[in-house]
Amino acid sequence: MTIQEIQENIVDEFSMFDDWMQRYEYMIELGKSLPLIDDQYKIDENLIKGCQSKVWVHAELADDKLVFTADSDAIITKGIIAILVRAFSNQKPQDIIGADTGFIDEIGLKEHLSPTRANGLVSMIKQLKMYAVAYQTQLN
Amino acid sequence: MNTATQNIPFNVEEIRKDFPILKREVNGYPLVYFDNAATSQTPQQVIDVIVDYYSSYNANIHRGVHTLSQEATDAYEQARIKIQKHFNAAKAHEMIFTSGTTHGINLVANGFGALLKEGDEIIVSALEHHSNIVPWQMMCERNGAVLRVIPMNEDGTLMMDVYDTLLSEKTKLVFCNHISNALGTINPIESIIQKAHQAGAAVLIDGAQACPHVKPDVQALDVDFYVASAHKMCGPTGVGVLYGKEKWLKKLPPYQGGGEMIAEVTFEKTTYADLPHKFEAGTPNICGGIAFGAAVDYLNAVGFKAIAAYEHELLAYATEKLLAIDGVKIYGTSSAKTSVISFNIEGVHPYDIGTIVDKLGIAVRTGHHCAQPIMDYYKIPGTVRASFAFYNTREEIDRLVDAVIRAKKMLL
Repeated sequence: MTIQEIQENIVDEFSMFDDWMQRYEYMIELGKSLPLIDDQYKIDENLIKGCQSKVWVHAELADDKLVFTADSDAIITKGIIAILVRAFSNQKPQDIIGADTGFIDEIGLKEHLSPTRANGLVSMIKQLKMYAVAYQTQLN
Repeated sequence: MNTATQNIPFNVEEIRKDFPILKREVNGYPLVYFDNAATSQTPQQVIDVIVDYYSSYNANIHRGVHTLSQEATDAYEQARIKIQKHFNAAKAHEMIFTSGTTHGINLVANGFGALLKEGDEIIVSALEHHSNIVPWQMMCERNGAVLRVIPMNEDGTLMMDVYDTLLSEKTKLVFCNHISNALGTINPIESIIQKAHQAGAAVLIDGAQACPHVKPDVQALDVDFYVASAHKMCGPTGVGVLYGKEKWLKKLPPYQGGGEMIAEVTFEKTTYADLPHKFEAGTPNICGGIAFGAAVDYLNAVGFKAIAAYEHELLAYATEKLLAIDGVKIYGTSSAKTSVISFNIEGVHPYDIGTIVDKLGIAVRTGHHCAQPIMDYYKIPGTVRASFAFYNTREEIDRLVDAVIRAKKMLL
């Protein structure tokens, strides 16, 4: 699936819930199901700056596609990064660089996060795209 | 001009009517505000004073000859006297208006630093928040003074026996909060001050967390400096007070240069104004100062004995209810404690609890509360902090407890 298709699926899934408590419950479930990052990558260099809870993201290339693994010490944050990993993992770096992130607004995620968490979300997206830029440069 | 209510009988439902914000909803639920240690809410009586100031006599003070300026000056200086009486300072000019506690600490750190030399020692408690650590570290970097720390026990009390060993003829200043913002511990400041004085050191007490709950008597305490913020005392943000003994305020150099703090300025030399203006450069927060006076009136009308007794009851009730939840751990269990409960649920990040309870209309604080050394001591990223004021109720605590139980089910 393309990034766009995955994002549309995520928007559909979130639209099934009536209120934000249910959406949080869903996000928490997503967080619990997130494949854990290998311990060797849970290092300070992989920490995303701007998050009040800790978020580690590791990226590596597999068959010209970028694979993200991540973890967080807070479960809601873990749910957020799980959504982003789902949207951007196993995609070509150039597609990640060019991807629109409007789906975040569509599911109302940013609006329903505290300002510190919303800043963290922006930092996470920025970090994933920076990985893509770095690997694209490597591929070129 | 409006003044705050007099002689309010302590009836929480009546008191709640004074706070318009308590009528609002958050996320579809009636607001429960348990972030009072960060900032308290403002009663209508204080809001009216703010509106009245800007509606009727907004003008710059001290220098104007016109009527509005005179009215504003009178109201501002009257507020200073109210605050002097509240803290029982000997003289009104010992009360310096600041922008808040942090400003007051920085003012003293800056001025006191000029009196210290390399190798002099200053002592801080392990229970401080960043505002009462960083300015002193900056001062030590400038003049080579040495920072010593009174360590804490597991229950969040200070190791007073270690304090005794830290004091020496090298000690020039001891600074400590009256009440810990992160844990609610009430520190034995009488003993801290007395012992420091015996060693020949001055003492600064950070009263930011204490002043909403107790009425400090700076003369009885014999404290050298005491700082507080209006916004934690039902007043507005951006204004606070530094009490300093006259002898110290005369000795300290001015913190900032500018208008109002001068006696005479020539390009060759400037002489400084008398107290308190020596430390009040520029146009102050005039409305804030006047409203601070009104907030002090309001708190005194409610009565600190009644506030303390009621808040103690809330603390005991909430402690019992929260501890009944499996996995809850409370940090800071001193018997001398104010109405702050800092807690975590085993296996759950404090931010997650804070986020869920907010969705249920309950405002608590999460994180390190600008007191990272305390969190480092407990080896935790932070806590959930519920801090109660005299306008909170048992029913609100029940809602918090229900919300924490719901959050726990969702998060684990």
